[in-house]
Amino acid sequence: MPKTPLDEMKFILATDVGSTTTKARFFKRTENGWRYVISGEAPTTVEKPYEDVTLGVRNAVREVEELTGHKLLSPDGRGILMPSRSNEGVDLYVTTSSAGGGLQMMVAGLIRSMTAESAERAALGAGAIVMDVIAIDDGREIYQKIERIRHLRPDMVLLAGGTDGGNIKDVIEMSEILKAARPKPRFGVTYKLPIVYAGNKFARDQIKELFEEVFALTIVDNIRPTLEEENTEPARRAIHELFMEHVMAHAPGYDKLMRWTDVPIMPTPAGEGMMMQLIAKVFNCNTLGVGLGGATTNIYSIYDGKFVRSVSANLGMSYSICNVMKEAGIENIMRWLPFEKSEDDIRNRLRNKMIRPTTIPQTLEELMIEHAVAREAIRLGFKHHKTLARPLRGAKRRRGALWEGAEISDVFAVEVEFGTYIKMMNVKIIAGTGGLLSHAPRRVQSMLVLTDGFRPEGVTRMFQDSVFMMPHLGVLSTVYQQAAWEIFDKDCLVRLGTLIAPKGIAKPGDKVLDIKIEKPDGIVIKESVNFGEMKRIELPERVEADAFLDPTGHFDLGEGPGKPVETKVYGGVVGIVIDARGRPLNLPEDGKERRRKLLEWFYALDAYPKEFLDRIREEWA
Amino acid sequence: MKVSQSSYAYTPGLKIKRVTVVRKERKLPIPGDVLVNEGDQVSFDTIVARTFVPGDPYLIKVARELGLPPEDIKFYLLKKKGDRVKEGEVIARYRTLFGLINKEVVSPTNGVVEDVSMTTGRIIIRGDPKPVELTAYVAGKVAKVLPGEGVIVETRGAFVQGIFGVGGETNGEIRVLVHSPSDVLDVNMLDDDCRGKIVIGGSLITKEALERAISLGVGGIVVGGIKDTDLMDVVGYEIGVAITGHEEIGLTLIITEGFGKMAMSRKAFDIFKEFEGYRAAMNGATQIRAGVIRPEVVIPHEKKISESELLELDKGIKPGTIVRIIREPFFGEIGKVVSLPVELQLIETESKVRVAEIELEDGRRVVVPRANLEIIEE
Repeated sequence: MPKTPLDEMKFILATDVGSTTTKARFFKRTENGWRYVISGEAPTTVEKPYEDVTLGVRNAVREVEELTGHKLLSPDGRGILMPSRSNEGVDLYVTTSSAGGGLQMMVAGLIRSMTAESAERAALGAGAIVMDVIAIDDGREIYQKIERIRHLRPDMVLLAGGTDGGNIKDVIEMSEILKAARPKPRFGVTYKLPIVYAGNKFARDQIKELFEEVFALTIVDNIRPTLEEENTEPARRAIHELFMEHVMAHAPGYDKLMRWTDVPIMPTPAGEGMMMQLIAKVFNCNTLGVGLGGATTNIYSIYDGKFVRSVSANLGMSYSICNVMKEAGIENIMRWLPFEKSEDDIRNRLRNKMIRPTTIPQTLEELMIEHAVAREAIRLGFKHHKTLARPLRGAKRRRGALWEGAEISDVFAVEVEFGTYIKMMNVKIIAGTGGLLSHAPRRVQSMLVLTDGFRPEGVTRMFQDSVFMMPHLGVLSTVYQQAAWEIFDKDCLVRLGTLIAPKGIAKPGDKVLDIKIEKPDGIVIKESVNFGEMKRIELPERVEADAFLDPTGHFDLGEGPGKPVETKVYGGVVGIVIDARGRPLNLPEDGKERRRKLLEWFYALDAYPKEFLDRIREEWA
Repeated sequence: MKVSQSSYAYTPGLKIKRVTVVRKERKLPIPGDVLVNEGDQVSFDTIVARTFVPGDPYLIKVARELGLPPEDIKFYLLKKKGDRVKEGEVIARYRTLFGLINKEVVSPTNGVVEDVSMTTGRIIIRGDPKPVELTAYVAGKVAKVLPGEGVIVETRGAFVQGIFGVGGETNGEIRVLVHSPSDVLDVNMLDDDCRGKIVIGGSLITKEALERAISLGVGGIVVGGIKDTDLMDVVGYEIGVAITGHEEIGLTLIITEGFGKMAMSRKAFDIFKEFEGYRAAMNGATQIRAGVIRPEVVIPHEKKISESELLELDKGIKPGTIVRIIREPFFGEIGKVVSLPVELQLIETESKVRVAEIELEDGRRVVVPRANLEIIEE
């Protein structure tokens, strides 16, 4: 813990050791509270020939020193100068890390949609990438499960299974499979692989006996003590502790870095998730978030108070760009382009981005291609997320006759498909972070990417990270929430604006909505919007306006079909966007018509330079 | 306009060296025996280390097969934990009603009884360990023995990195099939003499040529580019994430420049030309994520190093540095850095980025983000 009392702190340093870049952010207390000062970045040095992450941290911090003249590094190379004195040192140093691929876990449970799913949620919530979920009913034969486990090299395993007092035999069976397969840890062949057991408490003795010699076993409270309850917190805490003790301690240079910091190192996505939770808490509403990275897409939901994180480990904008192409299908990427290109051309371009992931788009055509991929990465990531953000399975059936002493096979028989509990109409905030969103030359491009990826309904506020610092502020918030929030609010959270998207479908040109917006300065804006149109109304950041929305016929804005809605709308760098393309959102099937509509929307929102759109219209449309 | 003298904000180029010292760490997946000594000369296929990996485990549902409660299996097991068993050997027998009911469980493999569970009524039999042998990969000298782990093999020779590959380690004699780095390697250029060799193409290999090379038993192919869909057809699936090396398509393929038709870099082509007939090692394994691994060709040779090669190239980009542009709209073009403006410049996308002014080979001057440049050592 930090030595300086929080209210006496003057300077804070935070770093994120990413898989390719180490990013330092420097914060200062001013008369107006805590503010972000400057960033420094340097390549991460976890790999050969350096194999010491602190070198990259020092290089990134040195950049901050050079830019500010504020001395930060201790001259003997032993870390960060603390506490601060006039123009040197900081009072708090914190860091997150995803270097070396972050925290990679395998989880196991009994029923895929029950205990295994709970275990998956716990691991993801702790900031892990889940390499595989093993369950009795995962469709694989025992030998196939063993084969798979043997080939994975996780950092850690989370094993759940059975309610307290429930099934023991199957828990032991699953444990035997694990023991037989003997997965090896990713780093270091000499130490025992950590396993967290969070299953039926009455199986603990047998689990101990089975695992003691081969794994480093930690036992925590059951993740599903009853079918109605999911208790992921003890497992999550154990994962974080083991992440520090085992994984970090074996990664190059982390033993040193751990001594430098005031609080435990946190996995990067866990920091990001904390900020998404903070947004939901501060604005007190259902929130969706996305961390759109080069290698992974993380989706966060805080819905009716429940926090869920999902990671699509191979959907991303650089290293994983071709996996988005593979999973979405090239035609789904190309449908977002207002110009015509051959499929081969787009494929080769995406492949070339994959093999040279640090290049940036130089032309608007290239930028639009990346934005097209981003829409699909979010759409697919969210689709994956919805399979985790769903009601606890098995819960309602527990008291049914079937459940009295039920066997696994009985459970299979009663399995029914549950959908997600996330209703887009009830989501009031969408927030995005990641390089593509932060670097979008026009903020409206990010808003459009988020809109087309998530397809919000009703009235939704939209935010994004200014320069990537959500993870930094997330780990900071664990010790100093007030400072984290002040910086977040003033320097990190960009208010894009509000999206108004009526739910329903009509014929092109049919009227969808009358809208009246009363701005605080007394100016009243009235608009009428037809099906298939998009409109943008300027309303600056931190300005609120009263909106009177009157949807026609069966169009719904949250109060029911055709029912008017009176609400506040919030301004932003983009303002108010009215999206009358309908929900579900269907793009025209005909290529030429689709390109014409895309151009029309880009013109309406001023999304890309007009001259470029004119050129496309002349050439292709 | 202010200009900087050098820049490090570019994508590091691929290594293309006519003469260099290559050190290859050869490590077993788990500890084992090293079979060579420091200073030993080794060839491409010399076995340098050996170990045994644990055999496959077999979980046998003894209780279920005998129709007994799990805790009762102890009365009917013929083997105990630690016992050796042979494939087909009876390991448990349940006989009752004067032999009318006679059930047996046999071992599916040669191995050892690893575990017996009275809770689930299953036993685990671990198959016999399997030997894993590690070759030297490249001809050279054992520079260091890593006791119990493997060796470091050192060789002197040419070293060419590619940008992407599929397929694992192989070796063979180099044969150049095209006249210039911009030629397309097509199906007619391949003949029986290519079997087991590493063949070199120019700017592209056609799908037909690749398929023929596989059927002829060509060892490896090095070429400038390939069409994405052709690669997909031959590999049999779409590669999602660039972690490769384990594909089994019958040969190892390395592309040196990228996807699409792209002339191989002159320097790489000249090296292959110069060492035609030499035996080389190659590996298609690529990993473009934490810990970048690029595919490579190593050609051991004794030829002399030239004076110009002795001059160590400075790693930064400077005015005069020869670079390749690695992103549209000038993708694949080669040029010379004219200046490096310090201030961020507005590019067509409306982003403000650090750029370089480049003079292309045809004399045109263009401005390119530094992130889209790669140094080439021409």
